[in-house]
Amino acid sequence: MDYHAFAEFARSWGVVYLMVLFLAGCAYAFWPRNQAKFDRAARMPLDEDQG
Amino acid sequence: MPHRVLIQVKAVDRAALHRRTLIFPATEGPMQPKTGEMLPQTDRFMVPAIFVGFLILGFYVATQTTDPLMGMQAWTFMAGVGMALIHLVRRYAEGIPADDKGAYANDVVKAGVIASMFWGIAGMLVGVIIALQLAFPNLFYFPDLPWTNFGRLRPLHTSAVIFAFGGNVLIATSFYVVQRTCHARLAGGLWGWFVFWGYQIFILVAGTGYLIGVTQSREYAEPEWYADLWLTLVWVAYLFVFLGTIWKRKEPHIYVANWFYLAFIVTIALLHIVNNLAVPVSWLGIKSYSAFAGVQDALTQWWYGHNAVGFFLTAGFLAIMYYFIPKQAQRPVYSYRLSIVHFWSLIFLYIWAGPHHLHYTALPVWAQTLGMTFSIMLWMPSWGGMINGLMTLSGAWDKLRTDPVLRMLVVSVAFYGMSTFEGPVMSIKAVNSLSHYTDWTIGHVHSGALGWVGFVSFGALYCLTPWLWRRERLYSHALVEWHFWVSTIGIVFYITAMWVSGIMQGLMWRAYNEFGFLEYSFVETVEAMHPYYIIRAFGGLLYLSGAFIMAYNLYRTVKGDVRAGEVVAGQPLPATA
Amino acid sequence: MFNHSTLERHSLLLIVGILVVVSIGGIVEIAPLFYLESTIEKVQGMRPYTPLELKGREIYVREGCYLCHSQMIRPLRDEVERYGHYSLAAESMYDHPFQWGSKRTGPDLARVGAKYSDEWHRAHLADPRSVVPESVMPPYAFLEKTELRVDDIEDALKANRAVGVPYSDDMIKNAKADLIAQATSDADGIDAFQGRYKKAEARDFDGDPAKITEMDALIAYMQMLGTLVDFKTYQADAPENRR
Repeated sequence: MDYHAFAEFARSWGVVYLMVLFLAGCAYAFWPRNQAKFDRAARMPLDEDQG
Repeated sequence: MPHRVLIQVKAVDRAALHRRTLIFPATEGPMQPKTGEMLPQTDRFMVPAIFVGFLILGFYVATQTTDPLMGMQAWTFMAGVGMALIHLVRRYAEGIPADDKGAYANDVVKAGVIASMFWGIAGMLVGVIIALQLAFPNLFYFPDLPWTNFGRLRPLHTSAVIFAFGGNVLIATSFYVVQRTCHARLAGGLWGWFVFWGYQIFILVAGTGYLIGVTQSREYAEPEWYADLWLTLVWVAYLFVFLGTIWKRKEPHIYVANWFYLAFIVTIALLHIVNNLAVPVSWLGIKSYSAFAGVQDALTQWWYGHNAVGFFLTAGFLAIMYYFIPKQAQRPVYSYRLSIVHFWSLIFLYIWAGPHHLHYTALPVWAQTLGMTFSIMLWMPSWGGMINGLMTLSGAWDKLRTDPVLRMLVVSVAFYGMSTFEGPVMSIKAVNSLSHYTDWTIGHVHSGALGWVGFVSFGALYCLTPWLWRRERLYSHALVEWHFWVSTIGIVFYITAMWVSGIMQGLMWRAYNEFGFLEYSFVETVEAMHPYYIIRAFGGLLYLSGAFIMAYNLYRTVKGDVRAGEVVAGQPLPATA
Repeated sequence: MFNHSTLERHSLLLIVGILVVVSIGGIVEIAPLFYLESTIEKVQGMRPYTPLELKGREIYVREGCYLCHSQMIRPLRDEVERYGHYSLAAESMYDHPFQWGSKRTGPDLARVGAKYSDEWHRAHLADPRSVVPESVMPPYAFLEKTELRVDDIEDALKANRAVGVPYSDDMIKNAKADLIAQATSDADGIDAFQGRYKKAEARDFDGDPAKITEMDALIAYMQMLGTLVDFKTYQADAPENRR
């Protein structure tokens, strides 16, 4: 594969790939059902003992 | 009424702050960790046996080599291993210490705190010395003492502050945080001590090596092949101690700080191994030749170099941010969801940014463009993380006024935002054509290193010392204030001097006179730097002074002293928010 | 559907995720450099370092010269006028490791070869401010007092060959003789040496014929920097040189 074909592929499918990856990450992070779990996780440093 | 609610919140916080106690001693809470080891207790003889084995190997190399530098390195290595063995023997001379039976391994973290402070001062001191050498080149003018030259001391400075200071802070805090957030004792028993001592031995061998002229000349990866192999061994042990603790956890969820630590450990291992691939001239000599040459070598090195920033100096210290700021502020992180997006986007984007160190070089243009593009995109997760850290304080901003440790942590995040804004700007090719090769780069690095990495580490050490030694509070909050202001002023002197000198130098190099010739000879640009090099050295001296103040404060805290005139200990603890 | 909590619960999966994510960038950027023509092109005139130059280069590395001196001229007008033709990828093809540098506290050295006399280099290295009063460079007087270590030169060439530098058996066998021949202009093996290494100059670089010092090696290296490619005949626009 020469450079131009590679660049063309990166410019088109590369961008699509990145966007899908990003949207999937966001969807997971902001999925309403996950909220309670994350709220609990966020308190982990505060719940524990010092030992 | 929202307005009234706000006032109420503030009033509550004030009341809590009035008691202003920074620490929370151990409580017999319901979340006591498992004390039983999952791994078989082979560590008690494995670790000493490995040290003894390497002592013998070191002796073999020291006596067999024909390379005098290798001889010196081998004896230094043996001295380091000997120190580790003596420590372990003394530690177990009177039976199993109490710390080995406790819920958490604290002694190894304590050792890390002391080592961090020691190496921090050592590294900053060398930094001040080399700054003075550039400002007053006749100072330290010893033509017959090669080890006093800038070229030998500069890697000593960078490695000491990044790897010796920063590395010890990361190892110590990661050992602390992973135990607390997993409710599990550090895995592997003595292997934690192997990691600690193994890492100090690496620093000792690498640092003394630079002085006698052992380097492979890869910036931030200068140690030669045998030190690299040793570090690989230590790093694998580190990964397993950290992972092993995660495997023992009681919580199903792994707290986000541990993700950052894990990304730091795993990615640094990958970078370290690939970038240090080399063929030694002899198994008994110091010299090796890089597996790659020219362009390939340059990009491999800066792929490593930039990600040493991304994963060592950023991901690792973000883990500190995600634990210590919520802990010290007694509030959960602003948005846990944002921290997830922050994590994945940061580690994905960072790895691409290396080529921006090679703009306009013989590296192909497409690679430079990729590096620039991803560097600019990196601005978003960086600021996402910064906002997440800063907004954790929302509704409790007045704590910044009364808690100097928290202020140090929060200001570090502000510096993080500043240098991660400056970085993408400098990665734009047009800007880089001016800034590259100049002091602007040095200024940029130090706004990140002094402001972000330094302050977040100081904040963590100020938290850890009373927690670990079970003191009610630090010896003096006033001294923390002093440290904060002296260092902040030092940073301002440092980075403004470097901005001015860097931009001036870049402009002078490309200045043309009315006849179309270059306006300045190179040495005229060197001469123009002189006043700024003095200011920079002064800024560095202030920063170093701050570190000395801190060391004194921590020393007195460990001793159990409280400075006369400051709030008396023994007051009720603030309710956990 | 892919479930993130699986990642959170299984630390090994988390590690695999991290490795996959951080590998992509490196693979896409670095791997092509090993086969793209513009980065593996060969340019007329390039040859491996002579044993003495290689030793000089090791001293350059050892003393950390790269921390203040770049060896990479960018294709910008002022740099080309100040330092010479911009650096080509091929010019560092035998550099294990590369010495492009990242900071110019001192000037670029990519084409410093043959610009100053040996005497100037000696005086400058021994006491930089004796010839450039404004300089901030450290002194390297010890180089002319230190005899060059030559017993490992054959192994050094062999190690270089292992990483891809085309040293011939002939070059390796005669490494020590070549090193001595280059540092002492009237040695017997001079013709054979210059047959092995094109354009290599042989003379007593440090002005002390009694011994071969580290100063000999370092000056020999610096005097050849950037001199191998002949830019009178090099065509940047030729199809094989476009990048």
